[in-house]
Amino acid sequence: MIFQQIINGLMLGATYSLVAIGYTLIFGVLGILHFAHGEVLMAGAFMGLYIIVWSGLPLYIALPLAMLATGLLGVLIDLLAIRPLRKDFHLAPLLSTIGVTIILQNLAVKLFGGFGTRFPDVIGATNYRVGSFFINSVNILILGISLFLMIGLYFFIAKTKIGKGMRAVSESHLIAGYLGVNVDWIVLITFGIASALAGAAGVMIGLSFHAISPFIGLTFALKGLVVMLLGGLGNVAGAMIGGLILGMAEVFSIVILPTEINLQDIFSFGIMILILIFKPTGLFGTRFPQG
Amino acid sequence: MDYLISVITIAGIHIIMALSFYLPFMTGQISLGQAGFMSIGAYAASVCTVKFGLPYVPAVLIGGICAAAVGFILGLPALRIKGIYLLLLTLGFGEIVRVVFINIDYIGAAAGFPGIPYQEHTLLYAYGVVLILIVFLNRLRKSRMGRAFQAVGNDENAAEVIGVDITAVKLIAFSSGAFIAGIGGGIFAHYQEYIEPLMFDVMHAVEFIVFTIFGGIQIFWGPIFGAFILTLVPEFLRVIQEWRMELYGALLIIMMIVRPQGIISRDSVQSIENAIGRMFGKSTAAVLSSRQPEGK
Repeated sequence: MIFQQIINGLMLGATYSLVAIGYTLIFGVLGILHFAHGEVLMAGAFMGLYIIVWSGLPLYIALPLAMLATGLLGVLIDLLAIRPLRKDFHLAPLLSTIGVTIILQNLAVKLFGGFGTRFPDVIGATNYRVGSFFINSVNILILGISLFLMIGLYFFIAKTKIGKGMRAVSESHLIAGYLGVNVDWIVLITFGIASALAGAAGVMIGLSFHAISPFIGLTFALKGLVVMLLGGLGNVAGAMIGGLILGMAEVFSIVILPTEINLQDIFSFGIMILILIFKPTGLFGTRFPQG
Repeated sequence: MDYLISVITIAGIHIIMALSFYLPFMTGQISLGQAGFMSIGAYAASVCTVKFGLPYVPAVLIGGICAAAVGFILGLPALRIKGIYLLLLTLGFGEIVRVVFINIDYIGAAAGFPGIPYQEHTLLYAYGVVLILIVFLNRLRKSRMGRAFQAVGNDENAAEVIGVDITAVKLIAFSSGAFIAGIGGGIFAHYQEYIEPLMFDVMHAVEFIVFTIFGGIQIFWGPIFGAFILTLVPEFLRVIQEWRMELYGALLIIMMIVRPQGIISRDSVQSIENAIGRMFGKSTAAVLSSRQPEGK
């Protein structure tokens, strides 16, 4: 029982982590809150769904395709709604991404309808027996993919040249530019990577909840924000661990707290407000991973 | 005609809400929780009229006071944080308020709160409140407190060095914004006759921000203009009505790129005042002009 809950919590937490990493990457590099990130996730979930339904491709091809598509969407958002902004009004990026949110959400309602859409079972869910426990293969797969993406990203930032560029830009746009880093290009890549991760999270949310709607974006965006704060703004490793913590905490809050009241949402926002008041730097401080 | 009146009434409520966002915004505080304050005001006022049989005006005022009290409590920790953190705090607050209301059976929980007495003079009340706010904000601009608001909004550290009590200024701005939102909520509830928690979600708070930003953030005429135009224009153009939200989104992005200070800026108000002054002669201009005296 406990073991199963831990697996569930880790799975839920891993998807939160993927969302939060996107937020935190963009915050680290640009210092802005990308409000439309949740809608990118929603778009990723629907893209995954339609790729699977229309082309019948297996998940291991459909997932990278959906990630590619949301990555391009992220690049588009940067080009259209972030880059043309003047730098002197600090609220401008926030408000223009709120604009993107409104557009994406309403387009999705028009395209897919306001109700939930069933997500196909792409992988036959088999329950593995481990001792006296049952583990769902879908959960294991989601956890595995998320951890793979997160570890891959960590090494990407820590070891590659582009990752170095991202760290430099997060320190200072000006100095990074003087040192020969193409700042615009790095920002564009960051948006692409962050959005691709959100797309992956969207597909996996579809897999685990079996249904998606145009409104899942906001729910997961809010959870992602809580996780970003928990881990510390701009701290990628913090976002990874923070997601797992929140996922576990939520699952156990359902087990422990009375079920008549919908306390789950209050719980995560309560955590957020407590962190904001008492420890705004998050559990792990605000910084980028160092190579 | 009825339709026109209902649209204009809703525009009035939207103006109140846009101003409720604008007041804390003047001191540099961006709140995504205005819909939350609005719901507190709406529910408190409705409980007063439905459960306790209070008349309309005191009920709405109590709604505003309840919202202001919550705003004061939320404002206390909010003083220590700013920018993105404050935004997240108010966002979380709005969601918590919604979830709390969904879980209280006394006020109908998720099914909503029906049977709120209909106020047929909502139009008058709404624009009465707008008028009071205009007078208040116009007086505020020239007062000590109003200048303190502006100073804190422009540069908090500089304001503190000069001797502005930024704690008091920010707390007053935040709670009075909550008070106005609560009043707006009370008026809204007694116009709709039915409220449910979903009416006050984050996207509505975002809508109030869109009104303000579109209209202009330098002067209080901006939010008024923005709320009025953005409520009225889509109603009378069916095509726009269908694509209203997409248009809002695109408008917001374009505004941020082209004219981040909004349609109505301080200069445009100045030129309108000058034009009125030329039309009616100097004495009227002196009364109408809200320009700050030049030189000391």
